[in-house]
Amino acid sequence: MAASFDLNNDGVVVIIGSGAGGGTLGNELAQKGVDVVILEAGARHEYEDFINDEWGSFAQLAWTDKRTTSGDWRVAKDFPNLPAWIVKSVGGSTTHWAGASLRFQEHEFKTLSTYGKLEGANLLDWPITLAEMEPYYAKAEAKMGVTGTNDWPRLPGNNNFKVLKAGADKLGYKECHTGNMAINSVERDDRNSCQQTGFCFQGCKWGAKWSTLYTEIPKGEATGHLEVRPNAMAIKINHDASGKVTGVVYADKDGKLQEQKARIVAVAGNSIESPRLLLNSASGKFPDGLANSSGQVGKNYMRHTTGSVYAIFDKPVHMYRGTTMAGIIRDEARHDPSRGFVGGYEFETLSLGLPFMAAFLDPGAWGRSFTTALDHYDHMAGLWIVGEDMPRAENRITLHADEKDAHGMPIADVHFDDHPNDTAMRNHAYKQATALYAAVGATRTFPTPPYPSTHNLGTNRMSEKAADGVVNKHGQAHDIKNLFVSDGSQFTTGAAENPTLTIVSLAIRQAGYIAAQMSAKTI
Amino acid sequence: MVTIYDAKPGLSRRELLKRGGIGALLVISGSAVISPEHAWGLETSALKPETMATLIQMARDIYPHDQVPDKYYAIAVKGHDEQAGKDAAYKAMIEDGIADLDKKSGDGGYRGLGWEDQRVGVLKQIEATPFFQAIRGGLVVSLYNQKEVWPIFGYEGESYSKGGYIARGFNDIEWL
Repeated sequence: MAASFDLNNDGVVVIIGSGAGGGTLGNELAQKGVDVVILEAGARHEYEDFINDEWGSFAQLAWTDKRTTSGDWRVAKDFPNLPAWIVKSVGGSTTHWAGASLRFQEHEFKTLSTYGKLEGANLLDWPITLAEMEPYYAKAEAKMGVTGTNDWPRLPGNNNFKVLKAGADKLGYKECHTGNMAINSVERDDRNSCQQTGFCFQGCKWGAKWSTLYTEIPKGEATGHLEVRPNAMAIKINHDASGKVTGVVYADKDGKLQEQKARIVAVAGNSIESPRLLLNSASGKFPDGLANSSGQVGKNYMRHTTGSVYAIFDKPVHMYRGTTMAGIIRDEARHDPSRGFVGGYEFETLSLGLPFMAAFLDPGAWGRSFTTALDHYDHMAGLWIVGEDMPRAENRITLHADEKDAHGMPIADVHFDDHPNDTAMRNHAYKQATALYAAVGATRTFPTPPYPSTHNLGTNRMSEKAADGVVNKHGQAHDIKNLFVSDGSQFTTGAAENPTLTIVSLAIRQAGYIAAQMSAKTI
Repeated sequence: MVTIYDAKPGLSRRELLKRGGIGALLVISGSAVISPEHAWGLETSALKPETMATLIQMARDIYPHDQVPDKYYAIAVKGHDEQAGKDAAYKAMIEDGIADLDKKSGDGGYRGLGWEDQRVGVLKQIEATPFFQAIRGGLVVSLYNQKEVWPIFGYEGESYSKGGYIARGFNDIEWL
């Protein structure tokens, strides 16, 4: 049964956010007998409540609190108040994600050593290696039911995948399959298998796709050590004179401010809210915000080098049928500077329904060049590019100088400029994808600009030395030993792979560390 | 209050045509824009019906889909009439925007321009205005989010209630 903890209980671990990082950490700690309160800004919608409708679902799940944007990225022009397409609901963005679960490559933990110094990029090696991560990746894959691991079959390929595969074969790509997906290909873990419904981004109504909402959270609640408090928006983290954090002030469902006392606080609000909360928690003792002696809180914002390519064929495809991310090509994920850029990228199939295709294919465009593309919607195939982008100090989350939210706290501004390496990589990917679809007979292709960011990373980076980053190899703040970061904001660099598997693996690893430190009474 | 109705407009086709057409397609009758060919009408309350008729043409010129009937463009822009009823400044922006469009189009006004390219030429002159952006920005949702238009584009919409596509063609491609 779910626990219920008193606000003055200062023995609990308070986790802010219930997504891949927070939801996993909460369950892992609860399984070890640690008492946990998860504060979740959004409401609790169970999977039967999800809506097979793009705008309807967006209204139900998306984080639409106002943010501002700046920089040369096109999102700042087309969606100035929606830099990120992420979720405000119990389960966080694991309700929305596509399910792609890829391990990082060895060199991606050592980018500074591998790529060398790159002008305008703030590259740094992670303080952990692939070898150290492997046991945790294995645990995460087993927990999430990742296809192609643990003898679970891969999902069957849909029409969109078949077009991708035909093109991959023509171009001579070798590693093309239906992916490593945290989507049940067989019934397991008391959940359904994939029914090829589409609408993966709108929340899986079958519960076939892994989400903390209906896996980690109820399992944690069943221990009696976990309470998830929805509609609880964290405002500020308090600390004592010694600098240890002592509790979290949050606005409850009625907008009333409460404080939950805490022995340990773990921040997992995704890479915009997490640094915003640390910055908004500035005090006399920590005038630049919590855990910010390095000045790195909010910096190095990464969003992956993305983009899409859609193609029209003379015969029907119906790409929207079945899993949204239905297959992958990994050949370009290698580091091979002969292509004109460092790092690599993945191709993953993607489809949008007609309403979102109209909104995102070429935002702001109108007239026949645009509408004739939509006229052939059912003849379209599509893919998404996801590649490693360069961390830059200037790409960062800052507090807005004037604008405040409903609770009087400064809102976040998200600044992003592409690094020349990002642009070179994206252009390479556009060219390859266009050739791929042309090889299958595409009559027209569309190099589609990046959407509002779904992969938000790096704004509380992990570092060996306290001067270089915000947290250590366990996600523990260099400055405050009972403060942790548990989401993708701790990523030192972004790698080419979708981040969720790594976030979950880090959370499993972090839970072991926290429990051990609590037992040893060091925190 | 704007109403879209599918029933016969109550006037014979001949009567409607006598009252003067907008092109040969849309007719203004009292406070309504009527499509005698397709038996639907759109009643306006805040905006002039002529304004609404021009908005419908403008909507089609912004997002032209020859296979989509006028009715759906009318539904897509009717929200501007509701908004204009609540907000005088908004009403002025729309009426002034349309007046400006007509002025830039010459004697016959915007709807008097026979070719889409001519009308698009005028729209390009006002592309950067808040008026144009309000119309275009609203349309991208209000046109393409109508479930009734999805089948025209071959989009099937909701699929959970039908058991997904696992037995309904998720992998039925045959031409590769």
